[in-house]
Amino acid sequence: MIQVGLQHFLMVGALLFCLGILCVLTRRNAVAVLIGIELMLNAAGLNFIAFARHQGDLAGGSLLVLFVIVLAAAEAAVALALILAFRRQVRTLDVDQIDSLKG
Amino acid sequence: MHGHETSQVIESFNLLWLIPFLPLLGAVSNGLAGHWLQKRFGEKAVHTIAVGLPWLSFLVAVVAFFKLRSLPEGALLLDRLWTWVAVGQFHVELAFGMDALSAMMALIVTFVGSLIHVYSIGYMHGDESYFRFFTYLNLFMFAMLTLVLGDNLLLMFVGWEGVGLCSYLLIGFWYRDLNNARAGMKAFVVNRIGDFGFLVGFFILFWGLGGSWGEGGYHLGGQASLAFRELPALVAPLADKLLWGVPLATLVGIFFFVGATGKSAQIPLYVWLPDAMAGPTPVSALIHAATMVTAGVYMVARMNFLYVLSPAAMTVVALTGAATALFAATIGCLQYDIKKVLAYSTVSQLGYMFIGVGVGAFWAGSYHLLTHAFFKACLFLGAGSVILSMHHEQDMRKMGGLGRVMPLTRWTYWVACVAIAGFPIASGFFSKDEILWRAFDSAALLVPGWVPWLLGFVAAGLTSFYMFRSYFMTFTGETVKVHGHEPEEQRPVVTGVLVMLAIGAVMLAFVGLPHLWMHAPPALEHFLAPVFAAAEELPRAGHGHGTEWGLMLASLGVAFLGLGIAWWLYRGRKNPLPDRLRQAFPRLHRVVYNKYYVDEIYQATAVRGFLGLSRMNAWFDVHIIDGLVNGAGTFTRALAWIDGAIDTYLVDGAVNLVADSIRAAGARLRRIQTGRLPAYLGGLLLGGVVLVVISRILIDIYG
Amino acid sequence: MKLSLADLLFYAVAVATLATAAYAVFTRNIVRAVFSLLGTFFGMAILYGMLSADFVAVVQVLVYVGGILVLLLFAVMLTANIESARLSSPAAGWSWGLLAAVATGIILLPLALEAPWLQRELDVAGPGTATIGRSLLGNMLLPFEAVSVVLLGVVIGAVVVARLRRGGQDGEVQR
Repeated sequence: MIQVGLQHFLMVGALLFCLGILCVLTRRNAVAVLIGIELMLNAAGLNFIAFARHQGDLAGGSLLVLFVIVLAAAEAAVALALILAFRRQVRTLDVDQIDSLKG
Repeated sequence: MHGHETSQVIESFNLLWLIPFLPLLGAVSNGLAGHWLQKRFGEKAVHTIAVGLPWLSFLVAVVAFFKLRSLPEGALLLDRLWTWVAVGQFHVELAFGMDALSAMMALIVTFVGSLIHVYSIGYMHGDESYFRFFTYLNLFMFAMLTLVLGDNLLLMFVGWEGVGLCSYLLIGFWYRDLNNARAGMKAFVVNRIGDFGFLVGFFILFWGLGGSWGEGGYHLGGQASLAFRELPALVAPLADKLLWGVPLATLVGIFFFVGATGKSAQIPLYVWLPDAMAGPTPVSALIHAATMVTAGVYMVARMNFLYVLSPAAMTVVALTGAATALFAATIGCLQYDIKKVLAYSTVSQLGYMFIGVGVGAFWAGSYHLLTHAFFKACLFLGAGSVILSMHHEQDMRKMGGLGRVMPLTRWTYWVACVAIAGFPIASGFFSKDEILWRAFDSAALLVPGWVPWLLGFVAAGLTSFYMFRSYFMTFTGETVKVHGHEPEEQRPVVTGVLVMLAIGAVMLAFVGLPHLWMHAPPALEHFLAPVFAAAEELPRAGHGHGTEWGLMLASLGVAFLGLGIAWWLYRGRKNPLPDRLRQAFPRLHRVVYNKYYVDEIYQATAVRGFLGLSRMNAWFDVHIIDGLVNGAGTFTRALAWIDGAIDTYLVDGAVNLVADSIRAAGARLRRIQTGRLPAYLGGLLLGGVVLVVISRILIDIYG
Repeated sequence: MKLSLADLLFYAVAVATLATAAYAVFTRNIVRAVFSLLGTFFGMAILYGMLSADFVAVVQVLVYVGGILVLLLFAVMLTANIESARLSSPAAGWSWGLLAAVATGIILLPLALEAPWLQRELDVAGPGTATIGRSLLGNMLLPFEAVSVVLLGVVIGAVVVARLRRGGQDGEVQR
């Protein structure tokens, strides 16, 4: 068990994912929420690579993670733009106060 | 005189229907076009139609009469038009039949009727409703001829009702005066009461005929016919059949007679006749003297075969007639309106006719009908002439000395008085005397014959008295002035008729000259014998010729007595005795003068009682029936209110409950929508975790 | 029980990554959170390398560290002086978040450890960059182009979303 294998990587990914969830659900700052999302994405990517490596299709996994990373970047850009727009409108980044969907 | 025909000769005569229908044609044409005719062409156009047609009708009647004479005794002329009612075994035809009795009646009606039509040309001259008068008069002729020529009871009844209608129309002719309208209504209503009695008799008769009487009693479904030629045979078995304990023949006879008391103004239904004098004088002459009022007598004569079966019914008829004759005569003695005197005289003379038919002397009653038609019409028309000359004044106290200026009217009136009083030079003596003799000699009633005789005898004296009283008061004494000048005789249209009637009143004596004088049956009796064959069996007391002569002389004596007293009291109008007598017996005078207050008694009892009944019914209707209806309405409203309440509280409550609970649930669930994204994400993740767990468990369970 | 060097290295890197990530999650200072995220990203890259995914590791560093992290820094800097002093106090649903995370962890960890993952050996000594490149322009051409379109959209969208409206609050650049 001490021998590093698939499970170790998976565990790391799982822990990272949980941390990301915690960050998203717990923090009030919108940027912090973004951080959490990035964490979760990273964790997912790690899982993919780990599986790919240990199941013989590293190329496929690499490609997938490549795309994930790219899209994560794109999404981060959009998120930033949104945050800026939000801040201008609502004058705060407190996610607890962005509740116009409340109903 | 025994041995009547067992089979009757029936000859078809297709012109009979013209006799009633010619006047009907006149009525229709004047009724529809009369107003226009009168305006455009004047009175001449109207009366040419209206008077010509009844004369034509008379012509046909004469032809029929001679045809009848050419046939053997007891023949019948029949004109069958079509079948009217055909229900099961009950057949009624529209058919006219003329036997001896109908022939006599038809001749009277058409002849006297046509004369009166001529008279009306003069009397109604200038009236704006000239055409309406003749329309009604023609209509009356039609109805009366249907009555006398109808071949069966039903058709006779149609005519019976029709003359009642025409009487109403004609009495109330000058309807703008409410009193005239009231008189018309009184006539019609009283008539109707009589008709009701007639109908009850009708129903009983038909019931009796229509059933068959076997051992077990009465069974429905027999042979019923109402034709006069067939009734005698059918009615014969009814003599001893009982209904309510009374022989059927008696019941029918009495109920029919009730109708006759209405139509022919006997006690108790005579009260309309004096009031009917409100109509124009020709109407009084035609309808209320010569024809309509005789319908009751005709009916009893026609149904003689029924009446001979029931001594009780005959007694009722004879006694009622006798009582009426005396009663009305007493009233007539004190009246001052000349037409009222004549009206009560008519009621009294009708009573005589009923005495005649009541004791079984059917031909005698019919003979008196014939003579009365002439002399009474003459009297009425004479009175009418006087009234015209006096510018419609009818009170005799205001008249006087008219004999000098109106000679024709005067002498014809005198002749008629002689006839009615019963002097042998005119026909009235013979008819009245025959009745009184037969009454005295009768043994067919439940009372001795001399009872109706006595009443009639006294009434005869009174008749002579009051008739001559009216003559003296009107025509003798000082001539009065009307509107500043003396009255004048009427036009020939008027006086010619009077002369003809007076001649008739005299000449008719010859058809009835008694056996006593001629040693042969009177012509009329012989002529009418086949019709009254059933009466030959009636028992008679068998008084001899001596009694007959004695009675005759007694009648003559009492007639002279009446004339004498009237001469003494009223001739020249100079005797103060009548006035002194009146002052001496004021109460008696008042009672008799006021017709024994009979009208007032009727008003207080029958009329008020009936009105009270109708008021009670109205009360019942308003309070109880309307109460029920309103109650139903209120009940429905209450029910609707309950429905509404249920709807509002229960139904709406349930609906609202559902809506409210949904809203409450929604309010609570809304709180999940915090609008905060992280929360949503958390929910998402949590949901995902739950799903995984569940699937894991499921996989564990189901492998 | 002999740990090779690779294993030790693994554990070290793993711990470091997790630690920095935890710091980023729990610290109140947003700037510090972002910076500690830097460490996390680097750690990820090394872990990628350990899995013979050299290309991915490089891309990770390039994009994440060089791009996303910079973006985050910009975000933080641009919004620093406006926001309130409290950067992140526990949110109202703090307990729910913890519950969700814990629940997820409880699911994932045993899964990771105990699931009988299928394992196969690599056929060659890891795919090279060339292989990936050929794939991208070969049978992965469509996703590649699609992603390009997405990036285009993102660029345009971000500009549109973030641009100033007329009379905007920052008052500078119009339209």
